[in-house]
Amino acid sequence: MSDKPKFAMYWAASCGGCEIAVLNIHEKILDVDANFDVVFWPVAMDAKYKDVEAMDDGSILLTLFNGGIRNDENEKMAKLMRRKSKILVSFGSCACEGCIPGLANFSNVDEIIDTAFHTLTTDNGSEFKLQTHYSVPEGEIHIPTLLPRLKTLDQVVKVDYYMPGCPPESHQIAAVIDLVIQVLQGKATLPPPGATIGVGNSTVCDECKRARNEKKIKYFTRIQLTHPDPALCLLEQGIPCNGPATRSGCGALCPAAGAQCIGCYGPAEGVMDYGSRLISSFASVIDGNTPQEIEKVIDGIPDPAGQFYRFSLAGSLLRGSKTVKSN
Amino acid sequence: MQRLTIDPITRLEGHGKIEIFLDEEGNVANTYFQIPELRGFERFCVGRPVEEMPLLTNRICGVCPEAHHMAAAKAADAVYHVDPPPAAKKLRELLYSGFYFTDHTTHFYALGGPDFIMGPDAPVAERNILGVIHKVGLEIGGKVIQARKYGHTIVEMIGGRKVHPCTSIPGGLTKGITEEQRKEIEQMGRWGIEFAQFSIDLFNKIVLGNKAYVDLIIGDIYTHHTYYMGLMDEKNKVNFYDGKVRVVDPDGKEFVKYAPKDYAAHIAEHVEPWTYLKFPYLKNVGWKGFVDGKDSGVYCATPLSRLNAADGMATPLAQEEYEKFYSTLGGKPVHQRLATHWARLIELLYAAERIVELATDPEITSPNFHTIPTEKPTEGVGIVEAPRGTLTHHYWTDERGVLTKVNLIVGTTNNYAPMSMSIKKAAEAFIKKGVVVNEGILNRVEMAFRPYDPCFGCATHSLPGQMPLQLTIRNAKGEVVEVVKRD
Amino acid sequence: MTDQFEPVIIGFTCNWCSYRAADLAGTARVKYAPNVRLIRMMCSGRLDPTFVMKAISGGADGVLITGCHPGECHYIEQNYKALRRFILLKRTLTQMGIEPGRIKLVWASAAEGVRLATEITKMVEEVRALGPLNWDHHNGHQPLAISHQPEEVAA
Repeated sequence: MSDKPKFAMYWAASCGGCEIAVLNIHEKILDVDANFDVVFWPVAMDAKYKDVEAMDDGSILLTLFNGGIRNDENEKMAKLMRRKSKILVSFGSCACEGCIPGLANFSNVDEIIDTAFHTLTTDNGSEFKLQTHYSVPEGEIHIPTLLPRLKTLDQVVKVDYYMPGCPPESHQIAAVIDLVIQVLQGKATLPPPGATIGVGNSTVCDECKRARNEKKIKYFTRIQLTHPDPALCLLEQGIPCNGPATRSGCGALCPAAGAQCIGCYGPAEGVMDYGSRLISSFASVIDGNTPQEIEKVIDGIPDPAGQFYRFSLAGSLLRGSKTVKSN
Repeated sequence: MQRLTIDPITRLEGHGKIEIFLDEEGNVANTYFQIPELRGFERFCVGRPVEEMPLLTNRICGVCPEAHHMAAAKAADAVYHVDPPPAAKKLRELLYSGFYFTDHTTHFYALGGPDFIMGPDAPVAERNILGVIHKVGLEIGGKVIQARKYGHTIVEMIGGRKVHPCTSIPGGLTKGITEEQRKEIEQMGRWGIEFAQFSIDLFNKIVLGNKAYVDLIIGDIYTHHTYYMGLMDEKNKVNFYDGKVRVVDPDGKEFVKYAPKDYAAHIAEHVEPWTYLKFPYLKNVGWKGFVDGKDSGVYCATPLSRLNAADGMATPLAQEEYEKFYSTLGGKPVHQRLATHWARLIELLYAAERIVELATDPEITSPNFHTIPTEKPTEGVGIVEAPRGTLTHHYWTDERGVLTKVNLIVGTTNNYAPMSMSIKKAAEAFIKKGVVVNEGILNRVEMAFRPYDPCFGCATHSLPGQMPLQLTIRNAKGEVVEVVKRD
Repeated sequence: MTDQFEPVIIGFTCNWCSYRAADLAGTARVKYAPNVRLIRMMCSGRLDPTFVMKAISGGADGVLITGCHPGECHYIEQNYKALRRFILLKRTLTQMGIEPGRIKLVWASAAEGVRLATEITKMVEEVRALGPLNWDHHNGHQPLAISHQPEEVAA
């Protein structure tokens, strides 16, 4: 075994986009290889759970943990990686705030399983029941149990750093890797624990090149129902753009491409509840003073809870809707 | 009963687990391939506005978000009964071809390739992309990185971002491309054609030039006779973005060709209580279990399936390779699953040629890239070919275009039954009474599902390795008798 | 001593009108239900929807927001902002399963002590009929981020 510091990357309930984002640092992956011993990265190399369990506690210097905590296996792995790692980074939107799979927290887990197993094309007798422990003629086999709600990483273990984004942009990942290598070489210090890294310190609006004027929103519309002016702020044209509440760092790629920001970089600095901040941003600039005028404008947003908590539901103050059963 | 558990297997969409049960003699009694994960997209997309679906369903898979993005965009077009302008369709297909280019490259060089370029019994530390690079040279490693970069650049130019594109909306796109971008894409496409030809050449030299590999490919262990599915244009040539779904039977005869909106009349999904994933099969043949043959509704959807289901490739260089493929392997259809690696390279070439075709289309820089829908939204189906198989999105909405119901049949899901069968057949062939189960044996079980490129085929460039496997052998009392590890 | 459910309602009250109205009710000895815990803000426009989320996730059964009548805001226009935020917030919370009767906005001038008292008592009874919200039971109330989690041994 070499004496390079150890590196690991693990994915819980994720889509793999974070892994691709890391690979999209292209040649820089060789810097990772040169400076670290990659000891555990299930998607890419051969170490397994037993190997991690056998490692000394705290022996992995840096672990990037992406994916939400959706089932008991994810939770087990979160706790294992926490034990074995000196620095645990909550990597990507799923681990930081729940991301898209966190939208499952609008339903309870029975509804989720039920829907999956009763789609139009699914064969299903009324007696069918999914079983996490099932006896086949040869023995008993099992699959993990879904937790009542999807959790963020810091809802189950202590996290050292947060790196948001869906996925984090590769240039940000490269910058963080550079920083860590500099720290290893004694040329830099780590940020204070609990910090959010790989991000800017403002909102997406700050990075967006569109022109901004005074906002007086007379209506909200849907992006497919209009041809917005590419030089002007989308929100001012009635397209519900989440820029005002979303952390900068991505380069405002989506507004540059003609699409509204959907909020994948998570809350701006100092924001405790992303959705609340966005509700406040949108509502404050509605051009209306009576309930009727105001209601008419917000009728243009058909799915407010989804609009405001699209990526952040699991990590929000409420964590989900009322139908989610207890912890 | 003795039991070997492989958990987790890697390079799969999400996670997967294999249980192998041995009888008293030490032969395989049965295998179970379990998928331990469910996130619930079909539930939580209900209540969301339909224009968000190309963005939300991106997050089903970060390796092939482009596939979901396009299937969702087409389903959303169908929901609004709107036909995007020709430039929009061409731009979407161009993005999609760029994506195929990067995705097939990644799979061949980092995932499937090492098994052949290094050999199935090569030392573990070498049977990966690093070993490949040492064997064939650093130059190739650089080319692979370049190929991935180019593919992602095309995706970003049209899709707005490299991972999780954001520009497809009902009726078209939110942006077009400039002449500078078009030129750059054309150049990347031309480079891509050479790279694809180089890759096929590499395959010819290293794989087809080696008798042991050829025997492995054409042998029976990795062979299954099933139905084959793929998206075809009106001339029955493979098209990744649009067309009708064609299914041929194990003899290669057309069984059905259906329009996207009719998928539910032809596909059903079987369930088992021990896994979160469902097993699609051909409804009109019926579910007969995990078995081969014309009477079994099991079908396969992979590059091999697409070539089997097609009458040819739509571009000239790929067509030449297609003909060589079938004349080498003895005609259509080809049932040997390892040949999928070769079929994938032919598709790589087609993708590159298609990039150039679309990038030189006079309409590709048109400013008319969106048609505003005027009809009321109701219901729609969108189908594309994902690299791992035919991808179907079906949405029902209310009059505001908010989703009331969702049905998704995802690429790899189509192959869940065939993969399970391939794993069992390989396990039965290699794990037998008297055989010492070592890591070479384990690799051969892996080689059974690897050709299907289960969705997350993205192994990396420079890490040592292979799949993490451990077999724990217990006696009848459940005591551990032996642990065979492959690190 | 009764087993009756006593709702806990947080009342975000603007300093200039509604807080004074509550004061007036007090000095005039107008009885009203004691279930509302008043939190004074300088203006209803200070209401950040985060406060409401925090109240609910912290265990409140209902939230009342009070402010000056439209046109009478001490800071001229900010109660319109409060109104806009309230309407959008309430739509969002309703979609998340929180019954509309639990979140209320009441305008009251400094002179309307009796009226405010009546509105409060009315709301308490409505929330009592809806029952406890018990958000921590539904969603596992925890501190915002766990500062230290005892490790479990079994992996």
